[in-house]
Amino acid sequence: MIREITFGQYYAADSPIHRLDPRIKLFGTLIYIISLFVANNIVSYAVAALFLGIIIIISTVPVKFILKGLKPILFILLFSVAFNAVLTNGEHVLAKWGVFVISTEGLIRAAYMGARLIMLIMGSSLMTYTTTPNELTDGLEKSLGFLRKINIPVHEMAMMMSIALRFIPILIEETDKIMKAQMARGADFENGNIIHRVKSMVPLLIPLFVSAFRRASDLAMAMEARCYHGGEGRTKMKPLQYKRADYTGYIIVLVYFAVIIATRILFKNVLHF
Amino acid sequence: MILKVENVSQIYGAGTPTETIALKNINLEINEGEFIALIGHTGSGKSTLVQHLNGLIKATEGKIYYRGRCIYDDDFNMKELRSHVGLVFQYPEHQLFEEDVFKDVCFGPKNLGLSKEEIEKRAYAALKAVGLDESFYKSSPFELSGGQKRRAAIAGVLAMEPEVLILDEPTAGLDPLGRDEILDCIYKMYKEKGITIILVSHSMEDVAKYADRLIVMNKGEIAFDDTPHRVFKHYKELEKMGLAAPQVTYIMNRLKNEGFAVDTDMITVDEAADAIMNMMKLEKIND
Ligand SMILES: Nc1ncnc2c1ncn2[C@@H]1O[C@H](COP(=O)(O)OP(=O)(O)OP(=O)(O)O)[C@@H](O)[C@H]1O
Ligand SMILES: [Mg+2]
Repeated sequence: MIREITFGQYYAADSPIHRLDPRIKLFGTLIYIISLFVANNIVSYAVAALFLGIIIIISTVPVKFILKGLKPILFILLFSVAFNAVLTNGEHVLAKWGVFVISTEGLIRAAYMGARLIMLIMGSSLMTYTTTPNELTDGLEKSLGFLRKINIPVHEMAMMMSIALRFIPILIEETDKIMKAQMARGADFENGNIIHRVKSMVPLLIPLFVSAFRRASDLAMAMEARCYHGGEGRTKMKPLQYKRADYTGYIIVLVYFAVIIATRILFKNVLHF
Repeated sequence: MILKVENVSQIYGAGTPTETIALKNINLEINEGEFIALIGHTGSGKSTLVQHLNGLIKATEGKIYYRGRCIYDDDFNMKELRSHVGLVFQYPEHQLFEEDVFKDVCFGPKNLGLSKEEIEKRAYAALKAVGLDESFYKSSPFELSGGQKRRAAIAGVLAMEPEVLILDEPTAGLDPLGRDEILDCIYKMYKEKGITIILVSHSMEDVAKYADRLIVMNKGEIAFDDTPHRVFKHYKELEKMGLAAPQVTYIMNRLKNEGFAVDTDMITVDEAADAIMNMMKLEKIND
């Protein structure tokens, strides 16, 4: 049940996207997110959707898998779409009921909002599907390396992040196991009123905390036993290095962004908001 | 027949890159009063199978019957099933959570909605059965040693007084003495209360010593289901599955190959010792 969340997971495959340097993927994702907020008309959105579609096809991650990742945000998605649809005032009011107004502008806005959220989640989850947590933190550490000059412990933060990411699946598995063990002893996590349900979490949370602390201390011990002492003077076995494809990647991302800006200026009156 | 597994298959993560077929078309009947051992190589699906038996995992395909009633029926009471079919997980000490051992053991019976006296009576009986010293009853479960934690956790399931007790590798990571003590107490309970036991184990010696029926799993399928004596005759096949026969079986086979007139059927040390003694006596007479 709890294991079915795909958002933020890695999808192992060997595609050009998977092979890209994590830094370009981080940069590309950032630019893509910004572009979704720059886009303000149907043409820009179409370009953004097309771009995402092409990347998904190249990445060989099944669409089904990506759509599954949308499940956890379904509620937020419906909520924000509904709110925009019924609470936006506009010139062309179609229906009105108390504070609720349905206008043409509102409907367009809601549609854009939904599209933006969906593409936002799909775009950023595509990055995690195609990048292992380790690559991701390596990429972040290297991209943000300049911050070390102002005494921000970039390496330590990256290490914490990669450990945290590594622990997510372990903790999910652990939760699943403890939940089952308590259910075998007659615990009930699904029924009852809110107080009962909060109380029923105690037999789950205490063992989970205990095991998380135990794992953390084991890990710290194992790292120290192998002489880990932070980032000072530490080198990498596989340092990140840009290849030809990565430069092409940067150019494609920049061209894409330029196109989005151009469409924003050129088509600003086509179904805009 | 108390439990029946009918054409059960289990696929984890269907449609994802990590898809694993954990069980393939399993058919199984478990009768009252049996002591069943379940063996199999790591990842062969033993834990998955036993979790089906009390409805913790729903089979992808197939059905499971408890006393003739399908446990997947809408009106079937899962909580009741779990009180009849008790499951002790691998590393059960990870489930302990209460302030003291006694309270933790009470958790199961309390969930059954019993009276306070009954709950405490059962908890005492269970703790006694696993042989945990009374001085530990009021200490925090996190202060106990590994073996003591294990006992407390097993008591937590025993206190529900199940008709079928499933133990998933109850002795993993224990010292030889602690291992024998726990298994002996399980065996004692089996004899005294006449409950049905399913023991998942990696130790062929333990399996040979206690079980009267042995089920061998291989890659999600049942490879053998027979008495330990008969299953261990196939020790060559077992080896191909990453398993083995008890060591004495190998000794008896070696002896036979060296020309001694012994039966190779022996699976426990006691049986083997008797057989060798008999052989020696016979040789003396023949001389
Ligand atoms: N919750 C799960 N999600 C996905 N795959 C799982 C899950 N549980 C088990 N598996 C997979 O199913 C297969 C059978 O696992 P199972 O735990 O039943 O094996 P086992 O026989 O108990 O092994 P062991 O002797 O190591 O305990 C394994 O390949 C395992 O990776
Ligand atoms: Mg197992």
